[in-house]
Amino acid sequence: MTAAAVSPSVAASEAREENPWARAWRRLKRRKGAMFGLVVVVLFILVAVLAPLISPYDPIATSFTQVRKPPSWAHWLGTDEVGRDVLARIIWGARASLSAGLVSVGIALGIGVPLGLLAGYAGGWIDAVLSRIVDAMLAIPFLILAIALAAFLGPSLTNAMIAIGVTATPVFIRLTRGQTIAAKVEDYVEAARAVGNPHWRIALRHVLPNIVPPLLVQASLAIAGAIIAEAALSFLGLGQQPPAPSWGSMLNSAQRFIAQAPWMAFWPGFAIFFAVLSFNLLGDGLRDALDPRHK
Amino acid sequence: MLTFLSQRLLQIIPTLILVSMLIFGLQQLLPGDPALIMAGEERDPKVLEEIREQYRLNEPIPVQYFYWMKGVLSGNLGESMRLKSSVSSLVAEKLPVTLQLAAMALIVALGIGIPAGIISAVKKDTAWDYGANIFALWGLSTPNFWLGILMIFLFSVTLGWLPASGYVRPGEDWRASLATTVMPAFVLGNAIAAVLMRHTRSAMLQAMGADYVRTARAKGLYERRVVLKHALRNAMTPVITLGALEFGTLLSGAVLTEQIFTIPGFGKLIVDSVFNRDYAVVQGVVLVTATTYIVLNLLADVAYVLVNPRLRG
Repeated sequence: MTAAAVSPSVAASEAREENPWARAWRRLKRRKGAMFGLVVVVLFILVAVLAPLISPYDPIATSFTQVRKPPSWAHWLGTDEVGRDVLARIIWGARASLSAGLVSVGIALGIGVPLGLLAGYAGGWIDAVLSRIVDAMLAIPFLILAIALAAFLGPSLTNAMIAIGVTATPVFIRLTRGQTIAAKVEDYVEAARAVGNPHWRIALRHVLPNIVPPLLVQASLAIAGAIIAEAALSFLGLGQQPPAPSWGSMLNSAQRFIAQAPWMAFWPGFAIFFAVLSFNLLGDGLRDALDPRHK
Repeated sequence: MLTFLSQRLLQIIPTLILVSMLIFGLQQLLPGDPALIMAGEERDPKVLEEIREQYRLNEPIPVQYFYWMKGVLSGNLGESMRLKSSVSSLVAEKLPVTLQLAAMALIVALGIGIPAGIISAVKKDTAWDYGANIFALWGLSTPNFWLGILMIFLFSVTLGWLPASGYVRPGEDWRASLATTVMPAFVLGNAIAAVLMRHTRSAMLQAMGADYVRTARAKGLYERRVVLKHALRNAMTPVITLGALEFGTLLSGAVLTEQIFTIPGFGKLIVDSVFNRDYAVVQGVVLVTATTYIVLNLLADVAYVLVNPRLRG
């Protein structure tokens, strides 16, 4: 048999030896939506990291001769109510939005995964108490809890990230707990226990690596939710404080000038839309690629 | 059914107690002296002492919680520092506005989401299906405050068809009321339509592959009847329960939507009280929201059992 004519049976036997991450990546690559999402996510990250190099203007420099100018060669996306360049603010605003997405989901993972492992692995009263707390937190609608937390912590980007992160935590506790309970009865965990591994080692070395795929999917979708939530909090004035740029607060001031300067509202909204869309597409694609039950 | 109901009712009690502790606990996050923050501009030590007295801030936290909870259980959610009225009466005044908005949004969501889900399932892998899926992705990824601003730009500023903001009660003038709420209802319903479409699509796909649908087809029924009578009825059960969970999205969305369209409802009350540092109102409103959400979930569970005869016992 030549290499050029690979029969299905050969491909199948190769797939069996392929490591699971390589297989997931191969599946992900086939999904146009997911790849589009991945490319846009990488682009946004590059824009955020390279903001000082690619931004055409200082994002907070005002100019009273350039107030609310429509898009032009000098200002591609126009200027805002105090003459700041909209493109520059969107580029710098990517930092606030993406870091809010990543940091708050990082917080949610950092608290949620250990607690979920503990609840699922230990069971008993620890599980009962943690599960009730999760129920209580999930009983308050996401954004309303985030607003309440941000309000009591005080308005700032850092506090918004903490508020969103804490609000997103119960979902990760519940997911990790459920996956841990399912993994706990698997043969490989039984085997690890039989050879005398301590509990913490079983939880961290045997259970945790096996529940990473669903956590990864959830994290990707949670970043999308966190970016919208940060934009919402900033729109309400509870996130990034002026004059520092953020997409949400740009929309807030744009709303007042919608009749005179509609470009102020279009672009920040598109930026939020594309960032959220890409993380959603990536999350959907990851779910399909990582779930062994899918074809 | 009765045992199921009483079990579920007993289950929500610890949840409600924990929710109330959580909401009460928010107060502890306030940086510095809560009395000073609650007083706002007021710096008179006598006033501060009155506030400490009124909210029992000198007592230990569990005692404070006990008194707060005692008030809540007798319908006293506290006093608005700024508006000088009780939180309960504020809630009673604003809630109907948000409920009207929510009901209209639900009509929008059902009216778009369910037909779109049916069509995309029946015409799987056609342009219709792709179109419906793109609509769902758009709905899930569009921040509703941006959609609201765009709609104001199109329908109010450019076309001049609808007022950009404000609210008229349906009792006063139902036409004007409809004109002020149709855009916010669409904005609010849009994201839920997307979720409903996805649920309907997957439930319909599952139902269309079931034996009873094959039987219905084998009997020679028209495809239309097979889809709408046999498949849809069975597919609706999960959609009802999953749809009820979207009530939280509705309430969260109302906060932003009411802010954009200046509608004096529940959501605007939360935001206004956040900015007026009227913390008692924030706590009261969040508590009412959470309680409503928990009760609605309970009702959804009951509805699920009612429409699914196999679960009745």
